[in-house]
Amino acid sequence: MLDILKYFKPKELKKSLLISLWFMILTFPIMVIKVNTIENTVLWRWGSLVGMGIGSFIMATLWRYLLERKNMQNPLSNKKTLQMKVIDWANANPKVKPVLLIAISLFIVSFPFITSMYQTSIMTTALMYIVLGLGLNIVVGLGGLLHLGYAAFYAVGAYTYALLNYHFGLSFWICLPIGAGLATIMGILLAIPVLRLRGDYLAIVTLGFGEVIRIVLENWNALSFGPSGIANIPRPGFFGMHMKLQTATIYIYFIMIAMVVFTIFVVRRLENSRMGRAWIAMREDEIASESMGIDITKSKITTFAIGAFFAGMVGVIFAAKTTFINPASFTLWESLMILCVVVIGGTGSIVGVIVGAFILILLPEYLRAFSEYRMLLFGALLVIMMVFRPGGIISNIRKKYKFEPTKESSNASQKGAE
Amino acid sequence: MTPILETKNLTMQFGGLTAVDNINFKVNPKEIVALIGPNGAGKTTFFNCVTGVYKPTSGDVLISPTGKDQQRINGLKPNNVTEKGLARTFQNIRLFQNMTVLENVMIGRHSKLKSGILGAVLRTKATREEEKKVIQDSYEILVEVGLDKFVNELAKNLPYGAQRRLEIARAMATEPALLLLDEPAAGMNPHETKELDEMIIHIRDSKQISILLIEHDMSLVMSISEKIFVVDYGKLIAQGSPDEIKNNPEVIKAYLGDDSDA
Repeated sequence: MLDILKYFKPKELKKSLLISLWFMILTFPIMVIKVNTIENTVLWRWGSLVGMGIGSFIMATLWRYLLERKNMQNPLSNKKTLQMKVIDWANANPKVKPVLLIAISLFIVSFPFITSMYQTSIMTTALMYIVLGLGLNIVVGLGGLLHLGYAAFYAVGAYTYALLNYHFGLSFWICLPIGAGLATIMGILLAIPVLRLRGDYLAIVTLGFGEVIRIVLENWNALSFGPSGIANIPRPGFFGMHMKLQTATIYIYFIMIAMVVFTIFVVRRLENSRMGRAWIAMREDEIASESMGIDITKSKITTFAIGAFFAGMVGVIFAAKTTFINPASFTLWESLMILCVVVIGGTGSIVGVIVGAFILILLPEYLRAFSEYRMLLFGALLVIMMVFRPGGIISNIRKKYKFEPTKESSNASQKGAE
Repeated sequence: MTPILETKNLTMQFGGLTAVDNINFKVNPKEIVALIGPNGAGKTTFFNCVTGVYKPTSGDVLISPTGKDQQRINGLKPNNVTEKGLARTFQNIRLFQNMTVLENVMIGRHSKLKSGILGAVLRTKATREEEKKVIQDSYEILVEVGLDKFVNELAKNLPYGAQRRLEIARAMATEPALLLLDEPAAGMNPHETKELDEMIIHIRDSKQISILLIEHDMSLVMSISEKIFVVDYGKLIAQGSPDEIKNNPEVIKAYLGDDSDA
């Protein structure tokens, strides 16, 4: 208890008081004065001013307390974070892992049967964002290349399916690899001109690229049917079986589950491979990695290509799920949303991206009641995240390798000690 | 004997400034050579020209890592230069901060490995074996430089001296024929410098490679190098054994200033 008290210094409380005063003045016109234009009277709501003052004072104090606590922690101390504690606990109890895995998979499999179609549908959307997030995570999290035009690849996948189906009647399963492949090619095409760019310049060019794709789709009526989009895209088939809407929704949910599993599998393997390490090295220090024999050109192109591959894949599913697409689905906002999934969840971390996607996609759905405040909450969440957990909700932890001290090594370490 | 590294009339200009001016330079196999000179003399620029970070304005950089024919490497990208057998460290430490110590060394092995994306995803037998071998090899390199106790530590958490050593270990992992060290003893205390001194000689003797170092610590330079080159204002002003350099009037002038200035 006394431990907490040491954070509340009079100086801090004074600052909080000033902040609450400022808020009271700032919100005075909208919170206190209410003009009734019909009866020409002004209603002075002093009560809400008091409420505002107390509320902002409490919030400011809490904010200062959390900041202070964060700063007081010695960064070099080996105090374990909650995340590390959980990992240690899981390692100490090896039986927990399979039990947890079985429980999760049972939940996943039974989910569409125990909940409504609406629930299944939004869960499918969340799963799509998991794959998109993991794909972008390769570019942003591992490669360290800020990419703001990711939705363009998503659009390429979606339009590939829609157009190939419209003109040639190709089915979902044929279009899935074609869409992913075309997006990959687009990724390579984008990567070549931006090879020499980094940081803000790269962000601006990728942003431009994303917008160019969208504007082309909006205006090239002959190809894309412009803003009116393409309707009546068939849902994925299952050996020519005709499905009711409900069955189709569940079917897409399971396709998406398979895709998430596939993506996690691929990303996990890449992350700790030779190429994955090269990407991370490129993120950490381009000049040093080049001097260590890493081909930066190849690394950049592969990150863009693989990132785009997953976006193209999800794009095809998106078209099949909504059965209607138009360019409005692939705006800059979409790219930013996916970037937020990665950054809020935890840059470079698979579990982080999954958590991020669930929070950003499911929370607004379940908070429909607060839909007007959605953007406000969203902004606040971003600010709070960046202040208190700059690494994301779940930060990436590098793989650890175990070594038995060989005879040779123990001799050598003795030598080093001398 | 073919020199492992030779530069002929190497010149590097930045606009009107000539940072490296007509340098003729030679490193023989299994030799420890030092490049010294006052601050801003063009030593690091020379390094950058050799390792491909800069493309020299004129002149030749010739290497013969295997002791056979010389090849010209001007304008080659740094990663290709590294593949050919030249590895370097940096003046201001450039480790991969958020990777573990072992992974830093594994990055050094990158150019010696083959596995690609498909191999990694399918985890083929060749990839698995290669991965196992690279982990073992990297660990052995760490044992050799005495960093094995930090294997799984993030590079940024290492003490300063250990970070310097890790940079050398990472460069050694590329299996170079010539190791270029840019001020390896910068910021080290005398005890650490002495350890470094032993380490450099140990590397040369055990791996039979040549070492070229830029250094300001004269005790280190004089004790380990067999040949010293002195540059000032981009020009080579003296070369020879440590004893010759110590008594060379040109060098003394460059370091202590001209009489007429006083």
